Amino acid sequence: MKVLVAVKRVIDYNVKIRVKADNTGVETANVKMSMNPFDEIAVEEAIRMKEKGAATEVIAFSAGPAQCQETIRTALAMGADRGILVQADGELQPLAVAKLLKAVVDKEQPGLVIVGKQAIDDDSNQTGQMLAALLGWSQGTFANKLNVADGSVEVKREVDGGLENIKIKMPAVITTDLRLNEPRYASLPNIMKAKKKPIETLAPDALGVDVAPRLKTLKVEEPPKRKAGIKVKTVAELVDKLKNEAGVI
Amino acid sequence: MAILVVAAHDGKTVRANVANAVAAAGQMGSDVTVLVAGSNCDEAAKSAAAIQGVAKVLQADDAAYANWLAEDIAPLVVKLAPNYSHVVMAADSVGKNIAPRVAALLDVAQVSEATQVVSPDTFVRPIYAGNAMATVQTADKVKVVTIRPTNFKAAAAGGSAAIEKIGGEGAKGLSSYVGAELSKSERPELTSAKIVVSGGRGLQSGENFKMLETLADKLGAGLGASRAAVDAGYVPNDYQVGQTGKVVAPDLYIAIGISGAIQHLAGMKDSKTIVAINKDEEAPIFQVADYGLVGDLFQIVPELTAAVEKK
Ligand SMILES: Cc1cc2nc3c(=O)[nH]c(=O)nc-3n(C[C@H](O)[C@H](O)[C@H](O)COP(=O)(O)OP(=O)(O)OC[C@H]3O[C@@H](n4cnc5c(N)ncnc54)[C@H](O)[C@@H]3O)c2cc1C
Ligand SMILES: Nc1ncnc2c1ncn2[C@@H]1O[C@H](COP(=O)(O)O)[C@@H](O)[C@H]1O
Repeated sequence: MKVLVAVKRVIDYNVKIRVKADNTGVETANVKMSMNPFDEIAVEEAIRMKEKGAATEVIAFSAGPAQCQETIRTALAMGADRGILVQADGELQPLAVAKLLKAVVDKEQPGLVIVGKQAIDDDSNQTGQMLAALLGWSQGTFANKLNVADGSVEVKREVDGGLENIKIKMPAVITTDLRLNEPRYASLPNIMKAKKKPIETLAPDALGVDVAPRLKTLKVEEPPKRKAGIKVKTVAELVDKLKNEAGVI
Repeated sequence: MAILVVAAHDGKTVRANVANAVAAAGQMGSDVTVLVAGSNCDEAAKSAAAIQGVAKVLQADDAAYANWLAEDIAPLVVKLAPNYSHVVMAADSVGKNIAPRVAALLDVAQVSEATQVVSPDTFVRPIYAGNAMATVQTADKVKVVTIRPTNFKAAAAGGSAAIEKIGGEGAKGLSSYVGAELSKSERPELTSAKIVVSGGRGLQSGENFKMLETLADKLGAGLGASRAAVDAGYVPNDYQVGQTGKVVAPDLYIAIGISGAIQHLAGMKDSKTIVAINKDEEAPIFQVADYGLVGDLFQIVPELTAAVEKK
């Protein structure tokens, strides 16, 4: 079974982002970029499946500018076998990415696609569910634990009230939650080896996908700032403020 | 045109956030229909009909809908969607699971976690963990939108909408429900609690979290946590507040032993009053706190618990 994992290149989660002065978006020039953290978890899970013999090949997919090569290299250094880059320079929204993924799935015929639950830049939480819809496949979202067995996957999901267990037919789309695993760091020898692993580059046109954005971004602004608070010295002072100033207890 | 709100429920009542979704839908159009899909969901349908601003409830009873599997619910919503200008769901774990599947089947974009309805086709939504707010416009025929419940005041009770029973679509056989391991709690539910007490890595253990439980119980508060506290196993996953956990906006949020990473702030910075208790006076949580108390939580929390007890 092949496993396809999606890895998105995003602004590193440690970066304090800045809204552009002209309100067209967020400053991305000279900002540290990394693999979306949920996608590291996706890659890790796929590699573990290969290590356990449940998967034969792990393919890392990324869509975006040429620099997404680096994100794919990171996945290869972690242990993925090869990469597919769909190169496109404009904004790619989840529906477009789902369609690109579907086109790649049609070609590669993986048994599982594992994507992150959420990209930490657009915070959409859509792509995996959209892909499952387009393929007519089952979806195991917000996965906390996976067990692949006999053509189906047992998925423990993180839901509002705790955890939920479902069993879904394969092929399937999985989206990762934070507790699914702890992703490994790539070792130096593996980083060297990854340089020789193949990355195929495709264009959206060649896949027959129209990636034009459906949602038009009219403006991007800073959120309202909270006004500065005060430090209190004692518990008694705190309780007094909460009672008599804020009126919340 | 009419708006379809898809309601999550437990068979007896629709979730509290359905009233927030109805309120948001009311800003997109005037004719709000609520879909209650489930198995033996008469009671849930009645609870939806009792929300003010609901014009009609569609009740789809089918064994296939008992556990809200996206593969089975989405086709029903997709079948109904052409009669509506918008499909709206609360951005909780049900809405996030189902709405994108619906949108893709309709070949439309989805607006995630709208915090404001600017006009029927234009919405504000947070990106980058709420460090930027994007105003987005959709030209799609059916607009699929999830809304962030804390940003819309819940529609009041007292409605009396008609309930229309519609058939189900049956099970697609792609997925099945096995069971759930739900965290039991007598405390108010995190996302609707008026007061939330949250703990972080500073608590050091699940055992120490009991201290916060005592405080929360005195205050009638819900209990939350940072990702670090959840990852370390102090508390279950559904306690997590933040960018990728739950979003809360109570009257009072008390952050204890939480540093205030942007991913955590994303889930609580709309709270009315924020209190931070942390031994590190440089901790970023103090930048959003109305009242900060620098010190050792193991000394402060018992003291605070005793002080509010005297109230
Ligand atoms: C993709 C992604 C998603 C994430 N999503 C979330 C999310 O949804 N929610 C979330 O919370 N985090 C999230 N995080 C994690 C986030 O970046 C931080 O790592 C996390 O919030 C830190 O938790 P903490 O504040 O409890 O721990 P720490 O940062 O370790 O802070 C512990 C604090 O406790 C204080 N402390 C220690 N001992 C005491 C004491 N005795 N008395 C008083 N104070 C004490 C310390 O001074 C420190 O400030 C996410 C991260 C990533 C990469
Ligand atoms: N441009 C992209 N390239 C690769 N994977 C992506 C891309 N966009 C989204 N994804 C995948 O879809 C997941 C969810 O993204 P989103 O729906 O945007 O929150 C991410 O964690 C990735 O796994």
